[in-house]
Amino acid sequence: MENRIRILLLSAVLLASGCSYMPWRNDTPEAEPPPPPEAGEAPVVIDPAVERREIETAKIDTENWEAGAYVGSLSVEDFEVNVVYGARIAYHLSEDFFAEAIAGTSDAGLSSFERLSGGAPLLTDSERQFTYYSLGFGWNALPGEIFLGGKRAYNSAVYLTLGAGATRFAGADRFTITAGAGARVLIRDWLAVHLDMRDYIMDVDVLGRNKSTHNYEATLGLTAFF
Amino acid sequence: MMRLAACGLLIFLTAIATARAEGPSVTVADPYLELRTGPGRGFPVFHVVERGETVRVETRRTDWFQVVDADGREGWVHKGQMAETLLPAGVKLAIDDPAREDFGAHRREVGLLLGDYGGANVVTLYGAYAFNEHLAAELAVAHILGNFSDGQYATIGVTHVPVPEWRIQPFLSIGTGVIRIRPEGTLVGTEERTDQVAYAGIGVRAYMARRFIVRGEVKEYVVFTDRDENEEDVEWKIGFAFFF
Repeated sequence: MENRIRILLLSAVLLASGCSYMPWRNDTPEAEPPPPPEAGEAPVVIDPAVERREIETAKIDTENWEAGAYVGSLSVEDFEVNVVYGARIAYHLSEDFFAEAIAGTSDAGLSSFERLSGGAPLLTDSERQFTYYSLGFGWNALPGEIFLGGKRAYNSAVYLTLGAGATRFAGADRFTITAGAGARVLIRDWLAVHLDMRDYIMDVDVLGRNKSTHNYEATLGLTAFF
Repeated sequence: MMRLAACGLLIFLTAIATARAEGPSVTVADPYLELRTGPGRGFPVFHVVERGETVRVETRRTDWFQVVDADGREGWVHKGQMAETLLPAGVKLAIDDPAREDFGAHRREVGLLLGDYGGANVVTLYGAYAFNEHLAAELAVAHILGNFSDGQYATIGVTHVPVPEWRIQPFLSIGTGVIRIRPEGTLVGTEERTDQVAYAGIGVRAYMARRFIVRGEVKEYVVFTDRDENEEDVEWKIGFAFFF
């Protein structure tokens, strides 16, 4: 109850003070002029001897993101080895760990069965396209330097990755576990060359029964830190 | 298409190469500052900058700062040493990294969760925005990958954290969204369905280190089908997230 009265009084005060600043009030009181200094008395002015410091918050550019593209070859189990293209983005959480997302695409070839039997193909052209994404983590297991000759040294790291995602192949989206290892060499402070080996593990039921397949990929990529 | 992608990549790379901003200059206040050849504890120290000298900060990668000294030597310095340097105003260089105190008070959270949705594998990516310490809006997209069907869902909901001070925080969630299920082509008499879905869930998130969170949750979904009966699915998943 007391609260309510307080709110009522407060809002009345606020309203009144708000009204006093309304534009239709033209009888604004003029600021009173300061009292004139008495004759013979010098005004006391404090002159601080300390210089005013300008404090600025440090703006430091961070480069924890890494993005780029790769190309290589992908062996789709039972369906030949083909060219694969992909893109990769990573966020470096610490000097040891990073989170990464990859996506890539390739066209699978003919299986030995299709080639030898001479019968109708098992898959249509669109079903033969192998498209994947994977989200996961990486660990920079072996950070170090690569020496080329006596004068050049490039920072590098060998890392292990583990991820999960999906692959669209043979007319269905398939749950895919991705395990890999790669090497990153920084040819500039902001530019890295990657050599990656990855295994895409998934169940495929194209050839009659459901079986676990391992699809190995070797790629060469270029990424930039930003 | 490939040419376009290559062109885009080239533009992106040149944009990054030219985008470096000029960082602040700092004065060494510790006895010395160790410059390493790379951003990591394994890289060798190749130079030390003495107390009173000034270095310019170029960029930062995780816990390492790239600096240039007065003679133009570039090296990487650890955050611990960098925090002991002084700005021209005489104040310490403030490095406000997320820590345990910020967990629970953070605004944004992004994570990846893996688990099981009604017998099928599920991969979920989610983002959350907190209105206050207790209440957050959450957006999730998921890919459901089963043996006989696959699908996606997108949901929006709210989560409530009763005790944001704890290191391990239980939370409740409710929300709604859309689910699409596509049976595999080999099955007869089924077709792709898109239905509205609602969920209620319970979960827990725990602070690990820096901006890292581990999160696990169980949700009960009700799919509003156009058949006679609604469908109910249970989902559990676990994963990592980070906040910022």
